[in-house]
Amino acid sequence: MQSKRQRMAVEKRVRFKSWWLPWALIAPQMAIILVFFFWPAAQALYYSVQQQDAFGTNVVFVGLQNFRALWADESYLASFKTTAVFSVLVAALGLTSSLLLAVMADRAIKASALYKTLLIWPYAVAPAVAGVLWLFMFAPSIGVVSYALRAAGLDWNHLLNGTHAMILIVLAAVWKQISYNFLFFLAGLQSIPKSLIEAAAIDGAGPWRRFWTVQFPLLTPTTFFLLVINIIYVFIDTFAIIDAATSGGPGKETAILVYKVFFDGFKALDLGGSAAQSVVLMVILVGLTVVQFRYVEKRVHY
Amino acid sequence: MYKRTRAIAVAVGCLGTVLGAQAQTEIQWWHSMSGQLGEWVNGLAAGFNATQKDYKVVPVFKGTYPESFAAAIAAFRAGNAPHVLQVFEVGTASMMAAKGAIVPVDQVMKTAGVKFDASVYVPAVSGYYTAPNGQMLSLPFNSSTTVFHYNRDAFKAAGLDPDKPPKTWPEVVGAAARLKASGHKCPFTTSWQSWTQLESFSAWHNVEFATLRNGFNGLGTRLAITTPLHERHIENLANMSQQGLFVYKGRNNSADATFVSGECAMTTGSSALYGAVKRQTKFQGGISTLPYYPDVPGAPQNTVIGGASLWAMAGKKPEEYKAVAAFYKYLSDPQVQAKSHQETGYLPITSAAFGITEKSGFYKANPGTDVSVTQMIRKTTDKSRGIRLGNFVQIRTILDEELEQVWAGKKSAKQGLEHAKKRSDVELEKFEKATKG
Repeated sequence: MQSKRQRMAVEKRVRFKSWWLPWALIAPQMAIILVFFFWPAAQALYYSVQQQDAFGTNVVFVGLQNFRALWADESYLASFKTTAVFSVLVAALGLTSSLLLAVMADRAIKASALYKTLLIWPYAVAPAVAGVLWLFMFAPSIGVVSYALRAAGLDWNHLLNGTHAMILIVLAAVWKQISYNFLFFLAGLQSIPKSLIEAAAIDGAGPWRRFWTVQFPLLTPTTFFLLVINIIYVFIDTFAIIDAATSGGPGKETAILVYKVFFDGFKALDLGGSAAQSVVLMVILVGLTVVQFRYVEKRVHY
Repeated sequence: MYKRTRAIAVAVGCLGTVLGAQAQTEIQWWHSMSGQLGEWVNGLAAGFNATQKDYKVVPVFKGTYPESFAAAIAAFRAGNAPHVLQVFEVGTASMMAAKGAIVPVDQVMKTAGVKFDASVYVPAVSGYYTAPNGQMLSLPFNSSTTVFHYNRDAFKAAGLDPDKPPKTWPEVVGAAARLKASGHKCPFTTSWQSWTQLESFSAWHNVEFATLRNGFNGLGTRLAITTPLHERHIENLANMSQQGLFVYKGRNNSADATFVSGECAMTTGSSALYGAVKRQTKFQGGISTLPYYPDVPGAPQNTVIGGASLWAMAGKKPEEYKAVAAFYKYLSDPQVQAKSHQETGYLPITSAAFGITEKSGFYKANPGTDVSVTQMIRKTTDKSRGIRLGNFVQIRTILDEELEQVWAGKKSAKQGLEHAKKRSDVELEKFEKATKG
């Protein structure tokens, strides 16, 4: 195993004769990362040790006080749990449902182009709009779905029922991300040589078995990539959905970490507190991504 | 030939506008009034622009109150703030604390040489925007207060007298029970639960919502909502919620739509809901005073204001401040104010505007429109003058969160209010520190 890896690494390596060409080639990418990641990240770090009024006319250096205030806030600690539940649900549901759709789209022969196009559409919808859309369907008194649920004997009320509210935002967040996942899964499936699947079929493997023993293992790089991307999506990108659908309520039951960053920074205009939270979030994300690359990637077959 | 003449005409026209623009001082006015209210604001700017030629006010809609507030702050930091900004009452303390960012209204008027008399304003309104040293900082613009709206048709259907709306909380419970018995799914709801059920509730009963005279006397203020009276009221509402007499319809003003649609029969909310009820409902709406507990001494006192005021931002040219002053003068005209009041359901902000409206017979023709006025135009006490807290946006959200837990039966009224106080006080301490430096 080890030797095989090394051999592959050797084969992949490209040798440049000039010393500056590789630098020049990565320079655009580095510039983008510097401007859009390192600079804002440094800015966040800088703000996180300050306390300032909304207009920035009064800036005080407070050291780690913003962070200490966070740890002293029970509701902030509780939102870690909320975030964990939300991210596991969205990532798991989003990946499985889009994999299922991709497998079916891969097989469909008639009208597959139409089917694929329709599945890709939700990706063009802005998160806030997605939130409003689902909110509308589930609105306790006028929503289509809540009306059907009431007819089935379930009194849907996400305004006061935390579980209902969580279901609502999970659905909206999953729906929003399905297209993206679907595209990658479909591309992954279509890059699997047909001969492998046919060989398995000739050996007598049914569709289910072919999927688990041939297709799914060959899809692991895609799945791993999507897992990383989905976790980042849930952690960073879902605040607009939550803001539109539940505003973090009822109580704080759908207030995930990034929603509080957004709320404190953009609505409450507490830049120091918001920056401190985004630093925490950044540390968590970096940690999670490292863990994923170190441990989960070992199970990935390239 | 024709083309050439036209080109010359266009060129001359352009020159004319350029010269005109140079002579005219233009000021930006950022506001948060959409729909019908947006037209009202545009009408005010157009009215001012038509009265004179030296200045031009350009109204710009910048989203909801929190959105335009955030946008203006970002613009200020970038050095291109608007000249005039409409700020909601919740942002008042932040604006007052931002000494270098704003120019007080009396200073704007004085440097422009325009006479300004703060005493013409209704005390409950002007008091809200006046600093502890007596200086009026912003110009009252659209002020509303909390009132009780009810569906007269639903009252009739439930066998209640639509001319005798419930005046006290025990009567509200009784009416709600009757409405429920008559098949109403949502007898009572409320918008802005913190504003109606805690802030206005406190002033209405002449008790403090926060210490140090509700924050008017200093940044060391802390919430005072854990009294037996507050507890009793929230517990009462929680019981109503359990019995299906009070149905929670969400934060901010989302309950308004459920009243306008006829789904909910009674609500407490802004007096500015009047316009929507008058134009959009299929039923006859009624307005009454905010309910109170009759055994509390001093109740009913007066209710606190909401809505917004106009702030002049710092760092502009003297000529531009003259334009702001001229515009402020136009807005303070009693006729202009009386018209605004009658059109929108916002309060008349000067006694003169109230007088004109009363004389015109408007209140008689539109029953209920005077409720907000009589609730507000009273002598205020130190406990009822208004509420001015820092980090108020967060505090409102904390109260929303804790009250939701109470309505859902997860916390008792006592627990909810105690947790809300504890969490809000952290925000108040933070603001105190950030502002004092």
